[in-house]
Amino acid sequence: MKTKFTAFLLAAALIFSCFSLAGCTSKKNAALVYFLNFKPESAAVYEELADKYEAETGVKVKVVTAAANTYEQTLKSEIAKSNPPTIFQVNGPIGYDNWDDYCLNIKDSKLYSYLTDKSLAIHDDGGVYAIPYVVEGYGIIYNNAIMKRYFALPDKKTSFTDMSEIKNFRDLKAVVEDMTAHKKALAIEGVFASTSLSAGEDWRWQTHLLNVPIYYEISQKHKEGDPTLALLDADEITLKYSENYRKIFDLYLNNSITPKNLLGSKSVADSMAEFALGKVAMVQNGNWSWSQISGVKGNTVTAEDIKMLPIYTDIDGEESQGVCVGTENYLAINKNATAEQQKASLAFLEWLFSSDIGKKYVTEKLGFITPFNTFSENETPSDPLAREITRYMKDENLKIIPWVFNAFPGEAFKKATGDALLDYAQGKKEWDKVKDDIVKAWKSERD
Amino acid sequence: MKPLKRYFPIFVLPTLIAFSIAFVIPFIMGLYLSFTEFTTVENATFVGIKNYISAFTDNSDFLNALWFTIGFALVSIITINVFAFILALLLTRKIIGTNLFRTVFFMPNLIGGIVLGYIWQLIINGVLQPFGYAITSDERFGFWGLIVLMNWQMIGYIMIIYIAGLTSVPTDILEAAKVDGAGVFTTLFRITIPSVMPSITICLFLTITNSFKMFDQNLALTAGAPSGRTKMLALDIYETFYGRVGYEGVGQAKAVIFFLIVAAIALTQLILTRRKEVEQ
Repeated sequence: MKTKFTAFLLAAALIFSCFSLAGCTSKKNAALVYFLNFKPESAAVYEELADKYEAETGVKVKVVTAAANTYEQTLKSEIAKSNPPTIFQVNGPIGYDNWDDYCLNIKDSKLYSYLTDKSLAIHDDGGVYAIPYVVEGYGIIYNNAIMKRYFALPDKKTSFTDMSEIKNFRDLKAVVEDMTAHKKALAIEGVFASTSLSAGEDWRWQTHLLNVPIYYEISQKHKEGDPTLALLDADEITLKYSENYRKIFDLYLNNSITPKNLLGSKSVADSMAEFALGKVAMVQNGNWSWSQISGVKGNTVTAEDIKMLPIYTDIDGEESQGVCVGTENYLAINKNATAEQQKASLAFLEWLFSSDIGKKYVTEKLGFITPFNTFSENETPSDPLAREITRYMKDENLKIIPWVFNAFPGEAFKKATGDALLDYAQGKKEWDKVKDDIVKAWKSERD
Repeated sequence: MKPLKRYFPIFVLPTLIAFSIAFVIPFIMGLYLSFTEFTTVENATFVGIKNYISAFTDNSDFLNALWFTIGFALVSIITINVFAFILALLLTRKIIGTNLFRTVFFMPNLIGGIVLGYIWQLIINGVLQPFGYAITSDERFGFWGLIVLMNWQMIGYIMIIYIAGLTSVPTDILEAAKVDGAGVFTTLFRITIPSVMPSITICLFLTITNSFKMFDQNLALTAGAPSGRTKMLALDIYETFYGRVGYEGVGQAKAVIFFLIVAAIALTQLILTRRKEVEQ
């Protein structure tokens, strides 16, 4: 009997110690604000910010960062825990659809009042449920040093003398093809960096590039109102501008550093490295890629030479088209958190985007172009790509293309598109079939 | 009081609790969730067998993945077991350095699937590049790439089990066979293989379940490219669950079907090979 008792006691002690240990750690971490961060590249900065905020106000902020491409998974498991995130991120109207049960109405918050353009926020039934905190843009990034070398060539076939003269697809194509012909003289291995099509690395084509033809299609159909919202309701697309999509994609493929058949093995990092090392003159990407370009060892591109061109696709009137600007980073407050936590979370965000220290971190360390009116003219990030984006946003003669891809039907659609593009690049699929696949995938995902 | 009962709390209870928390409870929850629509495990609403119907009717992904997995499993089960058995036969002979060889063959098993997948992706792309291909060019490259990868990883492990089986074959029977004048192959098929039947049961079970459940190697090597034609069941379930809004329940339903298939095949195999085992 005695042994039995000891055994029980031992087992109980064992189990109890596990539980008490877990209880102990969770108590220690019981922070009022729990921010589930989306951007792994900014993890360290947010940790620093949390410390600063605690030192200033005494409110503890817990920052957890999801690994790249795992935000949805992480959020799904974190939000079901007993201490769920109080601030989390949704990636636009589609993401909000999935998380609407968890988003608090923050219409009356100061954060919402900071928004320069109130329509950027996610509205639903008169309420405001998520607020964008960073504006980003993308286009064709080019290395002006190589372009200058080209314009100085004695035997070039085009008559352009500066990139500012390139205003449409026809000009771009003429220049690019002539550059390919002069590859040796320009000391480059291709005009465009690899059209990365390996799994998970194809978003620049199936999302960003596709944004342009889809935007033109939807904005022609719905002349009034917000194109993203119109697209969100579209059960079908016709891909009216599929030929334009093909033209620019072909231009990328045919003047690439990598033969078409090998593109399935290339990643975004590969193409950014090719650009940074001066092996190519152009690459399609956004201002977030600055850190990738500047971080490549032995890079030969100087900050002054990095410029951005809109993505021209041979559409009428594209001379007045700008780069693609938008956001897929929206912050939401957890509806199921306690009122105290919600208040503290909003206070933290308001501090981040309006106090001097917060703003300094946002522009200098996080490098965000924010959509808030609390930031003055000179409080914008100083990297060359962000400056290009700001330049395009301010240019009143140019029309920005919004990120309507926020209303694309989700990952499965994007993946189907990427798969079709890979098959096309490898010569396994005709373009008509690619167009078909995209149209079908849209329809089946919206059903 | 029986010792078994007396020591139950200390020896079985902790494991039982851990097993319940990590396996039984999630399994039952998963079963329930496959009949619901949900975003997180908290906000599920019951929808009946709708998810099971969608799994087969929405698109052909699941069936394609099923056929690909079955093809993959058939080839890899045969190649792994044949190669592992031959290696085991070789390494139970009196050759110098058998221990070294055993270690070397076993080593790939210690590396994680994701790492192996990326290593083999580099190797295969490197081999194909001079011919103007990448592993994504054709699904056959992906298929055989997966077979090579799986063989490389599993052979060492299966080999160790066979070695253990082979060393326990009674030497008196082998000697008797030799005296009776049995040839090498007669000895192999009439004596050695029937005596190691228990090992074969285990090895077949392990290779079947591992081939069906393969995920990380698949994700790292091809991730289904081109066009999802090299996608196996586990990867398809994962993509259904995380790739589409509102499809969590369908992914869960696919996972339940997947479990039933693997369980049915593995149990049938266990029963069939058990019958062939000989009592010694």
